[in-house]
Amino acid sequence: MNTDSKPLNTAASKPGKAELAKMFREFIDPQFVITDEETLKPYECDGLSMYCVMPLLVVLPETVEQVQQVMRLCHQFGIPVVARGAGTGLSAGAMPDAGGVVLSLAKFNRILHIDPLARSARLQSGVRNLAISEAAADYGLYYGPDPSSQIACTIGGNVGENSGGVHCLKYGLTTHNILSVEMVTVDGERVVIGSDGLDTCGMDLLALITGSEGLLGIITEVQVKLLPTPEIARVVMAGFGTVDEAGAAVGGIIAQGIIPAGLEMMDSHAIIAVEAFTGAGYPVEAAALLLCEVDGTKEEVQEHIEKAEALFRDFGATSIRTSKDDAERALIWKGRKNAFPAMGRISPDYYCMDGTIPRAHLGQVLNEMQDMSKRFGLRVANVFHAGDGNLHPLILFDANKEGELARAEAFGSDILELCVKVGGCITGEHGVGVEKIRQMPMQFTDPEIEQLNAVKSAFDPQGTLNPGKGVPTLRNCQEYRAINAKPQAPEVQHA
Amino acid sequence: MPDITKHLQQQISEARNQGHKLAIVGGGSKQFMGRKINAEQLDVGGHSGIVDYQPLELVLTVRAGTPLSEIETALAEKNQMLSFEPPYFGDRSTIGGTLACNQSGPGRPWWNSVRDQVLGVNLINGKGERLRFGGQVMKNVAGYDVSRTQAGAMGTLGVMTEISLKVLPRPAITLTLSREMEHSEAIRFMSARAAEPKPLSGACWLDGTLYLRLSGAHSAVEATAKQWDIPVMANGDTFWQQLRDQQLAFFAGEQPMWRFSINSTAATPSLKGPWLLDWAGSQRWYRGDGEMATMEAHAEKAGGQVSLYRGGDRTGEVMHHQQPALQAIQKRLKHSFDPDALFNPGRLYSWL
Repeated sequence: MNTDSKPLNTAASKPGKAELAKMFREFIDPQFVITDEETLKPYECDGLSMYCVMPLLVVLPETVEQVQQVMRLCHQFGIPVVARGAGTGLSAGAMPDAGGVVLSLAKFNRILHIDPLARSARLQSGVRNLAISEAAADYGLYYGPDPSSQIACTIGGNVGENSGGVHCLKYGLTTHNILSVEMVTVDGERVVIGSDGLDTCGMDLLALITGSEGLLGIITEVQVKLLPTPEIARVVMAGFGTVDEAGAAVGGIIAQGIIPAGLEMMDSHAIIAVEAFTGAGYPVEAAALLLCEVDGTKEEVQEHIEKAEALFRDFGATSIRTSKDDAERALIWKGRKNAFPAMGRISPDYYCMDGTIPRAHLGQVLNEMQDMSKRFGLRVANVFHAGDGNLHPLILFDANKEGELARAEAFGSDILELCVKVGGCITGEHGVGVEKIRQMPMQFTDPEIEQLNAVKSAFDPQGTLNPGKGVPTLRNCQEYRAINAKPQAPEVQHA
Repeated sequence: MPDITKHLQQQISEARNQGHKLAIVGGGSKQFMGRKINAEQLDVGGHSGIVDYQPLELVLTVRAGTPLSEIETALAEKNQMLSFEPPYFGDRSTIGGTLACNQSGPGRPWWNSVRDQVLGVNLINGKGERLRFGGQVMKNVAGYDVSRTQAGAMGTLGVMTEISLKVLPRPAITLTLSREMEHSEAIRFMSARAAEPKPLSGACWLDGTLYLRLSGAHSAVEATAKQWDIPVMANGDTFWQQLRDQQLAFFAGEQPMWRFSINSTAATPSLKGPWLLDWAGSQRWYRGDGEMATMEAHAEKAGGQVSLYRGGDRTGEVMHHQQPALQAIQKRLKHSFDPDALFNPGRLYSWL
């Protein structure tokens, strides 16, 4: 790697689209170098479709050597590269650059090795999250982090976003569950960060790569830790008359010394929509619902379930139902897992936010959101990870109605500002991407932003990896602050 | 309380202006680690105290110079703990040094490391700027994870002033099982037990004896001990504390001590001398003379890395070498935080 990492050619000598495609086709199967508009179209956005840009072209390399060659060429000509897994991201982190290449890792989909005794698995970066646990199940093992999109999202993307899921409180995020990554640097070097051991010498680059949103390198391989599948898991579903009571019960569980495997909460909008969609038997009259899953040995789960049920009663639960078997547990979770699609029945569009707050402020933040809902004239439903304070307010709107999208964005921005105000942050698991880059100055000062940009430069001095994402420039920060970090949108006063 | 952070900033600015280098020292209990350096001492041990503790949030925020004993006393009052079981090298071990040196005790494979439990840090960079990364919540993916990058950086990226950590409830009961067992059988046995969904929280082998620790709910621990049918050891807690703090006889003496962080199932490198296997085989200690390059070859064959942890020549490299591309990135990273190379120059690597 050049320590200077200067581009070898100037921008003036940049090849055009056809010329670049020709270069790629010399070492990549021509059918996997995509240049026509129709085939490029599906790559114009990730899971957040309100941000779309057509890329210059898309490549789907099949080997690490091909990835290296793509990176060397792009580095040589100063061409932006955006890495892409399954495209399930929700912050426009994989949105293309108009003058750049989208590097899809869809063909890196092989499970390379499972070592049951060492409890680890080596995977190409395009392996789907759920496929890891399915393959490990033969050995009584599974992979802990379980984002809602786990059926489709890839492990490389999980590392890029430091993905979480329902089980984060007990089993941690991606950063807690990986041992090493193989990565191609911006100038085409193949490096391994981490090892088979639990730590390595030197600076913890693995921590920096995890959650770096594709801004520091292209991940081609990941070694994950596997966990023993618990003997048993059971879930308690408790309905409450107020969100404050449910919020207090969350703290109560922790105070008992119990760390649930999952602790999820829904407000009444979500309960009603989900019940209509799935018929999972949710108490539609409740103002808030807690789903508390406990796993472990048979003895431990029995002990903790009894404690949880008693505690929820003490905190005013109006209904309690505990799963008797795995089928009932799956039914109860079915509602939670289908919460987002269920919103489609009650609103043409929804905008999913992703802020994290200290749990103690749950009640206050949920109540303030309802006030905001009236102010913006848009409904908000809440389905979220109560155990770790990661909120996912769903702002319901109709994109066909003039101004509603802008109002939804402004509402979302106010919610994130509130999260920071109570000691939380602007994104818990979806990433900053393009979507929340305007909100970064809410959480970070100028010197902090400058330091983050300096970290980026240590890996990518020319700034060609996923440009415009994750961290704003200082100039942009000042502009965002000048407009109070909010999209300019008219507010609606309800009568 | 006086603004000690401001005072540290002033000291850093002065050193910068005068072209001095700074050796960051908290309690001074881990001075034996890393390379020997020649720099002016920057005492951060006075930057001490618990800033915020929210037991229901499972979050603690402390100044970096806070002694571990003070933290653990406060947590014990709420029946909580630092799950990474930080080693105490004397009374003056601090949380800042524990994170900078990435030190975690016997429970690490099951209860995470100090690095894993960090939620946020405040630090002063080499330009004297006060910066805050991460926070006090468990999920935060805004910006790069600068907080966890401090783990093992040995102070080369800045002076940490505050650290927020995730804490955990203390287990209701702990039980230690022990049985005589040959070395290679112990590796297989520990791996097999660790792959079972049981409340294992420690697995160590030393001097022909295997030690397993169970922690958790009464019912789970007692049922597992019965199923595994391994004798219960008296004073088990003392054994784990002495292992954690390196007070067992194995750790005494003048011979260099090497730390192998490797694949837990790997065969132990064929080196003459005593071995101690911890972390279910993932962390292995070796006492004996050896060349760094030879030790590195052994470690790589076992899927990991080695460091000269204590003793030996501390003027040469003591950490596993870095791939050239990663070395270049770390140099640039160091420069981005500390452009004048003020902090702990050469402590981690001669080139850093």
